[in-house]
Amino acid sequence: MTTEALQTTPEVGGMGHSVKRKEDPRFIRGQGEYIDDVNLPGQLWLDIVRSPYAHATIKGIDASEALKIPGVLAVITGADLEKAGLHWMPTLAGDKQMVLPTTTVMYQAQEVAAVVATTRYIAADGAAAVLVDYEPLPVIVDPFKALEPDAFVLRPDRGPDKQNNHIWHWESGDRAATDADLASAEVHIEQDIYIPRIHVASIETCGCIADWDAVRGQLTLHMTSQAPHAIRTVLALVSGLPEQNIRVKTHDIGGGFGGKVPVYPGYVLAVVASLTVGKPVKWIEDRSENLQADSFARDYHMHVELGATKEGKITSLKAKTIADHGYSDAAADPSKFPAGLFNVITGSYDFPNAFVEVDGVYTNKPPGGVAYRCSFRVTEAVHAVERVVDILAHEIGKDPAQLRMENFIQPEQFPYKTPTGWSYDSGNYPAALQKAMDMIDYAGLRKEQAEKRARGELMGIGISSFTEIVGAGPSKDFDIIGIKMFDSCEIRVHPTGKVIARIGVQSQGQGHETTFAQIIAEELGFPVGDIKIEYGDTDTAPYGLGTYASRSTPVAGAATAMASRKIKDKARKLAAHLLEASEDDLEWTNGKFSVKGSPEQSKTIQEIAFAAYTNHPQGMEAGLEAVDYYDPPNLTFPFGSYICVVDIDKATGRVTVRRFVAVDDCGNIINPMIVDGQIHGGLTMGLAPSLYEEITYDELGNNLAGTFMDYLLPTALETPAWETAKTITPSPHHPLGAKGVGESATVGAPPAIANAVVDALWHLGVRNVDIPMTPQKIWAILREKGVTA
Amino acid sequence: MHDALRVLAEHEGEAKVLSGGYSLLPLIKLRLAQPPLLVDIRDVDGLDSIVEGDDELRIGGRATHRQILEDATIKAGYPLLTDAAAGIGDPQVRNWGTIGGSCAHADPSADWPAVLLATRASLVCRSSTGERVVAAADFFIDTFQTAIEPTELLTEVRIPRWPNGSGGAYAKLERRAGDFSTVGCAVMVRFGADGRIADAGVGLTAVAETPFASATAVAALIGAEPSEATFRAAGAAAAAESRPVKDAHGPVDYKRAMTEEMTVRALRSAVGRALGQR
Amino acid sequence: MATQKVQLTVNGEAREADVEARLLLVHLLRENFGLTGTHIGCDTSNCGACTVLVDGESAKSCTMLAVSADGREVKTIEGMADGATLHPLQQAFWDQHGLQCGFCTPGMIMQASWLLDRCPSPTEAEIREGISGNLCRCTGYVNIVKAIQQAAGEMAAGAETQTGSPVAAG
Repeated sequence: MTTEALQTTPEVGGMGHSVKRKEDPRFIRGQGEYIDDVNLPGQLWLDIVRSPYAHATIKGIDASEALKIPGVLAVITGADLEKAGLHWMPTLAGDKQMVLPTTTVMYQAQEVAAVVATTRYIAADGAAAVLVDYEPLPVIVDPFKALEPDAFVLRPDRGPDKQNNHIWHWESGDRAATDADLASAEVHIEQDIYIPRIHVASIETCGCIADWDAVRGQLTLHMTSQAPHAIRTVLALVSGLPEQNIRVKTHDIGGGFGGKVPVYPGYVLAVVASLTVGKPVKWIEDRSENLQADSFARDYHMHVELGATKEGKITSLKAKTIADHGYSDAAADPSKFPAGLFNVITGSYDFPNAFVEVDGVYTNKPPGGVAYRCSFRVTEAVHAVERVVDILAHEIGKDPAQLRMENFIQPEQFPYKTPTGWSYDSGNYPAALQKAMDMIDYAGLRKEQAEKRARGELMGIGISSFTEIVGAGPSKDFDIIGIKMFDSCEIRVHPTGKVIARIGVQSQGQGHETTFAQIIAEELGFPVGDIKIEYGDTDTAPYGLGTYASRSTPVAGAATAMASRKIKDKARKLAAHLLEASEDDLEWTNGKFSVKGSPEQSKTIQEIAFAAYTNHPQGMEAGLEAVDYYDPPNLTFPFGSYICVVDIDKATGRVTVRRFVAVDDCGNIINPMIVDGQIHGGLTMGLAPSLYEEITYDELGNNLAGTFMDYLLPTALETPAWETAKTITPSPHHPLGAKGVGESATVGAPPAIANAVVDALWHLGVRNVDIPMTPQKIWAILREKGVTA
Repeated sequence: MHDALRVLAEHEGEAKVLSGGYSLLPLIKLRLAQPPLLVDIRDVDGLDSIVEGDDELRIGGRATHRQILEDATIKAGYPLLTDAAAGIGDPQVRNWGTIGGSCAHADPSADWPAVLLATRASLVCRSSTGERVVAAADFFIDTFQTAIEPTELLTEVRIPRWPNGSGGAYAKLERRAGDFSTVGCAVMVRFGADGRIADAGVGLTAVAETPFASATAVAALIGAEPSEATFRAAGAAAAAESRPVKDAHGPVDYKRAMTEEMTVRALRSAVGRALGQR
Repeated sequence: MATQKVQLTVNGEAREADVEARLLLVHLLRENFGLTGTHIGCDTSNCGACTVLVDGESAKSCTMLAVSADGREVKTIEGMADGATLHPLQQAFWDQHGLQCGFCTPGMIMQASWLLDRCPSPTEAEIREGISGNLCRCTGYVNIVKAIQQAAGEMAAGAETQTGSPVAAG
């Protein structure tokens, strides 16, 4: 929002103000309260015995040595859970996964037994002392091998018609029309693209304290969850405990990024342990457990085809994808979308034809398929389309920026129906790309590149003009385990004009305590300092599906605006009563209602709030509060254009991102400072898998990046000084015109970097480099192409 | 010091020396090492001095990477050590990690061993019964294996002062800041009056079961003019002598190529320093 | 298991505890002393969330035994503010939006304080090098760098005021 458009003063701090964060005073003093900072009286510790094998039969578990250790109280095995029918649990994707195995382990680091002890260290000693007799079995780590007819069946527990490793097939678009167009296209591009398995690796790992109070029949689960209400409902359904007696409480969360959406066996084990021993039981993951066993992201093997005229007018897009889900589909996608929103693959371009199909496959890897700061498989889709569009440009010898400009959906085409069925609400793609090109001096860079190439230096310029799809979602299409993906806000205005609001979403660092207060400040004129935002306690917060897929602002943000407007409607009635005027004669400005034409006759929102409790008209309910459950009419479609400049060291293959300009459009902006922070972080989580992060497995299923020694998060030295800017195209259907921004940069950055690397190497005959573009990978390509230092 | 040596003698084989902790504690935490007894030498006096004598630099075994990095004498006279210290771990690791701890731990991709091999340094091992001086070439035996006895403490590293007309440098390739080396190469060169390389040392890390001195690279340097061709020849010799294994840092052919490249880069810098010195 | 007595100074206060020899300093601080501002983010000494000052030198408190801290002076994030007055680094992290989830923040601030102690006017490159042992997943480091720059400026100005420099007067 431009400065001119600000509706509130800095003191009120509504939309568009860079209000300093209300949550920060506790964090900068070390007074945050993360899960491992919480300790309850009488608390015990749980640690987990994990499998060294990716696939093995469990021949026996001997806990006798562990139980001899003073302080070890219990060892829980799959056999124990089986008695209560708790050895399997449902996943959010409608599959099931083991809490503890009774016969077979399916991936390295799978939970095998749990040890309950008096201290953290003794629990770890106990876990190390449990002896498990394994008989290793053959391992499948390659999803293509899993689909071969003679492959062994990983999940014989499925029905007789499902004795194979194929989980599901999903498709979208018009196959026949797309095939026909591709067959006759003047230019037909085909490219295999692999987006490797990665891990969100929030700096805080996962954990919980399960606290069963047998006297009150009350279970409190303190935990790191991005979706506490959904967890409560799952717990009620699985445990049979009445839902009102289950309280899920999050505390401060040290980063989520999708990894804290699923239910992990550790949570369930802590609950079982607490129910068994009747004391609070704490479970906190190690980093290696986090990287080796928690839900992963990506792992998409894509075959992408693009049809175009020889002048570069694109006509069709097709993608066939194999999705490796590990041994269970534990993705957190909406029910109708097993491959998430991957069919947003046509991106920012006006493709007449498109078809995508995805097949989910089991392998001996950890279960999952969560997002990594990404709205349900959008990163994979954006990477695919941005790569093949770039290949087309290079193939026909047209500048990649020019080709994009010529194929963008134009501003006047919105609302725009995509060939896979999405209805884009708004956009202005040429404006964003032009702004990025101006900022980075695109023409100057191309000149510099030509000069460097003449000297044999490798410099590349890459563009990504992505379209995001966030804010799930409209209830007609979107649910998780049957629960519709609305979200909520409840606002209570106290007599002195101070406000408490509770929301159904959850902050993992996004700054909800500030931005949601800003929404209320914008709508009602209360200063942000007078508004307290709460979330993450299922006893008090209204039901909501939580924070992931950039849905907080699009859904709960809209609910907050709508609840505010309900309060304003009542405030108008109160003001009419106080001013002895008709409601129609009142106008709202700067936090007060005044009589039209007599601005001196006015009541501030604070005066009105007081009257709601002290002087409300007879016949009107006292109080000033409202709740709203917002069902969005559509998703929102943030977009942007990124331009990246890389230099490649020919001798070592090292890629250095020299400059990176990011122009984002997330509609109207609540807090520009926070939006920039979200983009900085998102860009860094786009850089990470582009150049550094990857979880790989050897043929035995051993995780080769199971600690921070080998799973390489970028430090401040690898991360460039990001250059950011905005265009603003408000969402026409969101009450605030906002769109969501947390994930745009993670989605948009990787293809910009990959396109830059390929741009540097195209003249050598390189069409594609899969991420992560590590030095060893680039070096091998250079050597193959005969390039030496 | 006496107490520490006494405990090491009394608990031969059971006691491990804890210096900075950045090598040993991560192993203990991952249950890869479970020593029954730790002897913390951080407060043992006289082990962290850096003194230049007439013909050698003496660095106490407990001197931290940070001390070495910031030492003015080393910066001026032994920039190879400054190079290496700057690239070890991260700032916190450098604050506490020690040269003695790193050498005694003998991780196959540690940086100091390469430096000690290239400079032809020696290491002082002291026990309750006396002291012996071991040449770096005899010290690093195998992966996590050195010539030090369980009853001994690594008290000092002695780096000979190379004559005027010498220069050294360390070149390290890492996947990301703070990472262990993919390959690290330390070189020393000395020019003769004829402008040719009269003496050289080349130490490599992370490309064999233990850091090693490349005799063939040295042979390629001695008597040669300082040129890109000479550097390449020495690099190629080092690469041929290396015995890398495939791991997350890369396949064998990549590591050999990087061995050559880092050797070349270290030589360029070392030769520049040597010539600048004259 | 046998315990040993450790006595140390934490944020200016004398503290002691009977601990197992294997207890890590970070657990002594968090669990024995209740100073939960120091966090744990990994098990391989990579992430720096547990950074504290020991005798003025930044250290990863997950890579130091509690018994090794015997007799030493430890400073944690809880010791940075002077009552209601924030340390310039704390203020700057707030002003510059140098934190999001806040989990790496205490370690980052302690490392930055060590850096500014040794290098009061660091360049951007020196700042990035100085915090390269501290991982942040949220901010992309941009605003952390800005925050450290702001604090460096304010601390330099404050130092001049204290020494009565005419430049800073008024």
